[in-house]
Amino acid sequence: MEEVGLLINGIYLKVPQGYTLLQAAQQLGVDIPTLCYHPELPSEGNCRLCVVEIGEHPRTRLVNSCTYPVEPGLNVQTHSEKVLQARRITLELLLARAPKAKLIQELAAEMGIHESRFKSEDPYELCILCGLCVRTCREIVGVSAISMANRTPGKLVTTPFLEPSDACIGCGSCAFVCPTEVIPYIEKDGKRIIWGREFELVRCNICGNYIAPMAQLEHWAKLTGEPVEHYFVCRDCR
Amino acid sequence: MPKIESVDHLTEYRRQIRAQRDPKQQQVLVCSGPGCLPLGSTEVAQAFQEEMQAKGLQGKVILKSTGCHGLCAHGVRVLLRPQEIAYEKVTPEDVPEVVETSLIGGKVVERLVYQDPVSGQTAVHKSEVPFYQGQKPLVLRKLDEIDPESLDDYLVVGGYRTMRKVLFKMSPEEVIDAVERSGLRGRGGAGFLTGRKWRLCRQVPGEMKFVICNGDEGDPGAFMDRAVMEGDPHAIIEGMIVGGYAIGAHQGYIYVRHEYPLAVKRLTQAVAQAREFGLLGNNILRSGFDFDIKISQGSGAFVCGEETALIASIEGNIGEPMPRPPYPAQKGLFGMPTVINNVETWANVPEIINMGAEWFAALGTEKSKGTKVFSLVGAVNHTGLVEVPMGTTLRQIIFELGGGIPGGREFKAVQTGGPSGGCIPKQFLDLPVDYDSLQEVGSIMGSGGMIVMDTTSCMVDVARYFISFLFEESCGKCTPCREGLRQLLNILNDITSGEGKEEHISLMEEICTTMASASLCGLGQSAANPVLTTLKYFRAEYEAHIRDKKCPALVCRPLLTYTIDPEACTACLACVRECPVGAISGPKKEAQRIDQDICIKCGRCHDVCQFEAIKVE
Ligand SMILES: Cc1cc2nc3c(=O)[nH]c(=O)nc-3n(C[C@H](O)[C@H](O)[C@H](O)COP(=O)(O)O)c2cc1C
Ligand code: SF4
Ligand code: SF4
Ligand code: SF4
Ligand code: SF4
Ligand code: FES
Ligand code: FES
Repeated sequence: MEEVGLLINGIYLKVPQGYTLLQAAQQLGVDIPTLCYHPELPSEGNCRLCVVEIGEHPRTRLVNSCTYPVEPGLNVQTHSEKVLQARRITLELLLARAPKAKLIQELAAEMGIHESRFKSEDPYELCILCGLCVRTCREIVGVSAISMANRTPGKLVTTPFLEPSDACIGCGSCAFVCPTEVIPYIEKDGKRIIWGREFELVRCNICGNYIAPMAQLEHWAKLTGEPVEHYFVCRDCR
Repeated sequence: MPKIESVDHLTEYRRQIRAQRDPKQQQVLVCSGPGCLPLGSTEVAQAFQEEMQAKGLQGKVILKSTGCHGLCAHGVRVLLRPQEIAYEKVTPEDVPEVVETSLIGGKVVERLVYQDPVSGQTAVHKSEVPFYQGQKPLVLRKLDEIDPESLDDYLVVGGYRTMRKVLFKMSPEEVIDAVERSGLRGRGGAGFLTGRKWRLCRQVPGEMKFVICNGDEGDPGAFMDRAVMEGDPHAIIEGMIVGGYAIGAHQGYIYVRHEYPLAVKRLTQAVAQAREFGLLGNNILRSGFDFDIKISQGSGAFVCGEETALIASIEGNIGEPMPRPPYPAQKGLFGMPTVINNVETWANVPEIINMGAEWFAALGTEKSKGTKVFSLVGAVNHTGLVEVPMGTTLRQIIFELGGGIPGGREFKAVQTGGPSGGCIPKQFLDLPVDYDSLQEVGSIMGSGGMIVMDTTSCMVDVARYFISFLFEESCGKCTPCREGLRQLLNILNDITSGEGKEEHISLMEEICTTMASASLCGLGQSAANPVLTTLKYFRAEYEAHIRDKKCPALVCRPLLTYTIDPEACTACLACVRECPVGAISGPKKEAQRIDQDICIKCGRCHDVCQFEAIKVE
C-alpha cells in the first residue's frame, strides 16, 4: 500500500494513502474530539468538533479531520489557538442547544466551559443532530426508517411524516448509537417501544427469554437467507 | 427545421437564413424579461400584433418578444431596430401611437423615451441612455436582439460557430488552454478559475464524466441567471457542449429551480431544438463527439445552489452539502468526475473561444477578467440588469448607470453578493468591483446581487433581516452554521427590540469567527459577512441601539417613541380611532396625547395622521 508522509503538530509520520487526518492523528496518539464520527459509518462532517488547522501560515484554514484525506507534506495542527477557539464556540453552541446532554456537558467542561452564554430555546432538548442514528439505520441496519427532516429552524430526526414507521424493524440500533441517549426506547413485559411503535418480542423456543421483535428476526432472515425459524432460538441456546 | 448532417450543411443553412433576412428591415422588440412580463409585456406585444395587422404592416415589420433589455425599472421596454429607438414604460394604449408615428411616420414618440429625472433631458436612442453607457454587454449582448425561442435567431447572430470550431479545429487541451488563458473565473460564487477546474477534471481518469450548469439562483432579488436562461438559452447549451468536449463528458445537466417555469420551458425547448437540428446527440455534425443535455428541476432551496448539495439533489437525494474534498471535479455526479459551472460562466464560454482568450483577458482587472452581470436593486433609480467590465467602480454602477438614489436621499450602503454578502459603506464607493477588492472590504462577488440602501435603512435591522433569511435557508447539517445563525438571530432580535446588552457585540464576533472558519459549506462560511461588515462600518448604530435604546434610522419600532405635537394636532381624532390599544386620548377639540405606558409602538397613528402631528424619535 502506498504511504503518504505529513506533519501533525510538527511530527512527521507516514500513513497509508486514503487515511483521513483523524485516522492519521489517532495513529500518532493525538486525541481529537469527535461527536458525529463513528468508525463503522461513513463520515458526513456534521458536528465540526474535529476541525484541525491545515496549511502554511498565514494561509491556513480549518477542515474537519474526519473526512479530509491525508496529503503529502500537509502541515496539520490539531490544537492550535484557532482550532481550540472554534471547538470552544461549537461546544458552547451545542451546550445552549442541549444543555442537559451529559456528553456535551463533559466535553464542554474539558474546555473550561461550564455554562453557555447563549440562549437555550428548549431546556429539555438532547438531540445534537449528529446524524449517527440516521446513518446507523441506513448503513448498518439497512432500512432507512428514520431521517433528518426540515432545515435549520425545525431540523429534527424523525420517521416519515412523524408517524410510526412501517419500515422500522424495532432493532433499537439508533437508540444504542445515540451519544446523548435521546431516542426513547422502552422494553417491558415482552414489548419494545421505539419511534412510537410497539413491537411484540419473540420468545426463545428453548429458554423462553425474549429475543427481539418479529420484524427484526425477519430482517435477519432476509439478510442471511436462513429461514426465519432459525432465529426463534436465542443466541445462548443455539 | 432540417436535420443538420455536417459542418458544410450548417454553413449552408446559416447562409440561407441570413440571406432571407434584411438587416434594414423594421423590427419591434418587446421585452418579455422577468421585470417587464409582470408589467404587461404580453399585452403590449399583442397590441402591436393587432395594430400592425390593422395597418397592413404584417410581413413588413418583424415583431419579437425578447429577453430582458436591462432597465427593468422603466418597463415595459420596446426597442425599434435598426434605428435603436428605446421606448420605456410602454402600455398597450401607447401602441397605436408608436405604430402610427414611428413605424409608419418614421418619427419618434417623444413622451415614451428616457428622460433624466433631474435635468429633464431626453435620450431617444439606446446608446444615449445613461444606463447603457459604460456597460459592456457580452453575456447580455443578444438579449434584446433575439427571440429566445428561435434557433434560427441564435444562428443568425453567429450561434454554434464556436461549437463548430471547437469540435473540428481544436483539441480538448487547446480549448482548456484558451479558457485558462482568458482568466475566466466562475460567476456563481467563489470565483474559481474555470480553465483550471476543467483541467483538473480532465486529468481525473474516468470513462464517464459530467458537466452541470448551476441555474439555482437562490439569492432573493437576483435574476441575472434567470434572464440569461430565459433570454439566450442556446448560449448556455453551446458553452456546455464546448465544456463537455474539453473535459471528455457526454452528458450535461442544467439544474433550474422550478420557481423559474419560463426558464425551464425555454431551456427544454432549446435542448429539443438543438437535438432535432443535430447539434446535440450522437456524433454531432459527424465530428465523432456525442453529447446531450437533461434539464433537472430543483426544489428552490437556497442551499441547493451549493455544488455538492445540487449534485445530491440531481441524484434524487436530500439537497445537503457534503464536505470537500472530494471535489466534484474528482468525484461528483453519481460519483463521476464532474464540472459544475454557473449559468453566466457557461454563457461566457462561446464568446471567449470565438473572440480569443486574449480579447477577453484584455477586459477587466489583473485578476478578474471580462465582465460581470449585476442585478441592481433596492434604493436606486434604475433597477435592472447591468453588465460592466470587472473593475468598474461601485460609484459608476450606482450613480452613473443606476441613476443614483431616488427621492434625493443619501446613499448609505450597498450589499453585494447575495444574502451572505457584506454591506459596503460610502467610503468605498470608488472601489473597483472585482473578486479580490470586494473580499478585502469584507464582502463577496457572489453571483452578482447588488442591493443599494439609503439612509432610511437601519443597518442593524438589515443584518437581522439577512441573518433571518440565512437561518431559514441553512440546511442545519453542521453545528456552527445552524446554531450560530440561531444565536446571531436571537441576539439581533434582542438588539433591535431594545434588549441589547453591551457584551452582545463581542459575543456576535466570536460566533461569526467560528461560523466563518468551521462551517461545512459556503453558506455558513459566508453567513457572518452581513454582521461582520455592519459591525465594522456601522458600529455606532449598534451602540445607539444597545446603549441609548435608540434606532437612528427610525426603523426598529420597539425603540421608537411616538408623541403628538400639540401645535400640529388638529384634534381630528383619526389616530384615536386607529390606535389598537387605546393609548391616545385628550379633551375634545384639543391636541391629543399618547400614553407611553400603553403605546405598543405599532406606528399606525403616524401613518394615519394627515397633519404630520405624530413625531417619531
Ligand atoms: C449556499 C450557496 C448557494 C449557492 N448558490 C449558487 C447559485 O445559485 N448559482 C451558482 O451558480 N452557484 C451557487 N453557489 C456556488 C456553487 O457552489 C459553485 O461554486 C458554482 O456553481 C460553481 O460555478 P462557477 O465556478 O462557474 O461559479 C452557491 C454556493 C453556496 C455555498
Ligand atoms: S429501531 Fe428502527 S429506526 Fe432505529 S435503527 Fe432500528 S430500524 Fe432504524
Ligand atoms: S437522536 Fe442522537 S444520534 Fe440521532 S442525531 Fe440526535 S443526538 Fe445524534
Ligand atoms: S454551513 Fe450551513 S448550509 Fe452549509 S452544511 Fe453547514 S448547516 Fe448546512
Ligand atoms: S404607535 Fe400605535 S399603539 Fe402607539 S399611540 Fe400610535 S397607534 Fe397607538
Ligand atoms: S467528527 Fe468530524 S465533523 Fe463531527
Ligand atoms: S425585464 Fe424588461 S428590461 Fe428587464
